Amino acid sequence: MAFESLRVSGRRVRRPDLTFAVMDHNVPTGDRSVPVSEALSANQMLTLQKNTNEYGITLFDLQSPMQGISHVIGPELGLTLPGLTFTCGDSHSSTHGALGSLALGIGTSEGEHVFATQTIWLRRLKQFAVNLRGVLSECVTSKDVILSIIRTIGTGGAIGHVVEFRGPTVAKMSLEERMTMTNMTIEGGARTSIIEPDQKVFDYIRDGPFAPRGRDWDEAMEFWRTLGSDHEARYDRSLDVDVDPIEPQVSWGTNPAMTVGVTESVPSLGDFHDAGDRLAAEKALKYMGLLPNQRISDIPIDAVFIGSCTNARLSDLIAAARVLKGRRVSSSIRAMVVPGSQSVKRRAESLGLHRLFTEAGFEWRNSGCSMCIAMNEDKLSPGERCASTSNRNFENRQGPGGRTHLVSPLTAAAAAIEGRFVDVRDYGVASVEELGLEGAVVA
Amino acid sequence: MPDPIRVLTSRVALFDADDVDTDQIFPAQFLKVTERKGLSKYLFYRWRYDEAGNPLGSFILDVEGFRDSKILLTGRNFGIGSSRENAVWALTEFGIRCVISSSFGDIFYNNASKNGLLCVRLGDDAADAMRNSVREGKLVVSVDLEKQTISYPGNQFAFEIEPHIKERLLRGADDIAFTINNYEEEIRGYEARMPKYMLPFRP
Ligand code: SF4
Repeated sequence: MAFESLRVSGRRVRRPDLTFAVMDHNVPTGDRSVPVSEALSANQMLTLQKNTNEYGITLFDLQSPMQGISHVIGPELGLTLPGLTFTCGDSHSSTHGALGSLALGIGTSEGEHVFATQTIWLRRLKQFAVNLRGVLSECVTSKDVILSIIRTIGTGGAIGHVVEFRGPTVAKMSLEERMTMTNMTIEGGARTSIIEPDQKVFDYIRDGPFAPRGRDWDEAMEFWRTLGSDHEARYDRSLDVDVDPIEPQVSWGTNPAMTVGVTESVPSLGDFHDAGDRLAAEKALKYMGLLPNQRISDIPIDAVFIGSCTNARLSDLIAAARVLKGRRVSSSIRAMVVPGSQSVKRRAESLGLHRLFTEAGFEWRNSGCSMCIAMNEDKLSPGERCASTSNRNFENRQGPGGRTHLVSPLTAAAAAIEGRFVDVRDYGVASVEELGLEGAVVA
Repeated sequence: MPDPIRVLTSRVALFDADDVDTDQIFPAQFLKVTERKGLSKYLFYRWRYDEAGNPLGSFILDVEGFRDSKILLTGRNFGIGSSRENAVWALTEFGIRCVISSSFGDIFYNNASKNGLLCVRLGDDAADAMRNSVREGKLVVSVDLEKQTISYPGNQFAFEIEPHIKERLLRGADDIAFTINNYEEEIRGYEARMPKYMLPFRP
């Protein structure tokens, strides 16, 4: 619609060379050799094709080997770079902040402004430091960390702020683990988030087809190495988080702050002192079909979705595979894996992961947003309960009446096998070596 | 270009829920509509219709006397979540010109400012006072953007707003023209200085 409005006002896209488009939200994840069956989606894709053609913009369409969820392919293709200002018409653009870029999710009007002027109006953001210390327990992931942070600060806790993740625990994380956190800061209300770029970031983008090469690469490295945060930097707010006690997290309600540890129970209404919060919790429990004080490990599930821009990169699939090796999905469960990009899919297949998933009883699909937003045919039916690695558990998000529990890929995989939530820490999970992935580079 | 806003006087519709995300304002299932017109029929869809798509009639904006309200008073954290601007378009097409809450999702707030929808951030105390007044009777208020006040008999509250957003709403201005007319030189200068390594590699 930004194109339509550009056309009406007789404007052009100022820098088509710096503008990229991808089909992700509504694409089918089944067989890509047949025409898209859903008329509205097909029309939307055709419109994007026409518009990008007319304005000379590179499009990764359904058939492109580079297709995938925008927040997965940006870093993968070397399009997202440290020090870059990046905008995308999607709230989870904050993901790209893990590479040290200022990444902003924008709406259609702002998108049109970017098209026409290559600039964006921004009021100075307040800065929120989240300092992570300590060592994560085995099988506890950065997804569990960010869920527990959102539980602490609430869905509006970081409104007006850019969240910077800092500290030794962040430095030890892989870039993909960091992206899971920057992806979800938006669920705490943050405008965006950022992490200082380091060698792990540079290694990740190095071979991307759009990354700088030769002399340009060397010059870029020189610049990128200057982008660390100042030690004496002052922040408007800060939060210290010791990650040692964090256990695998499971959301029980209808926003990501409604989350508890896997060994805990759904809260009782008496836990809420604010009348509004109590009402919201009551409404959420009704929607979710749960009782106060119900133990998380007693909740039976119907479906498992491993996918989305939060947790569908190669390392996420490997993590799930560690749990699934030698096991089978419970017969009552429908389980699917939707790789975050076609490149993730190809790399996973070259490691044989697709066989491991399908033998365990998972569907192995093509990349897209899929059941994260249910704009294609992958959706929950009313009342169906899903352990999902995505980022939003809003009502109806995964299909009308669908019930979403946000979890890490490890917890999702274990839930698929047991048909209910289990503590993956004492579940007997294979090490990456035991998976026997020949030549696997775990990013 | 949106209509300018100066003073809005209207009966207030109270939608007393916290954390209303943009999925609730405009469900994802309708995002595939590529037209910008006609979106108001999907506004607050799941609050206003049953599963079969029949209107429930109980949502405040469907209640007699509130259909023409231009001002919506809501709980905390309105418009969090997805960046979809459709949420704003659906509200404005429905006739809402002002939303009052103690806080807004950042992207929603920006989107609103570009579409002639005034978002007033009111402190929790003032918002509570106003909610109570609405519950007591049919409340008509005046929102004066120029003076940055909300007033109704017996009460007046001041609110803060970013100067450039105020200006934009007052004039109903075209942002793009403003940027180009005032900053074309700077943008060109920046583009000329951009190092090659910041541009995508093209074979
Ligand atoms: S995967 Fe989900 S959250 Fe991510 S971009 Fe797609 S719809 Fe949005």
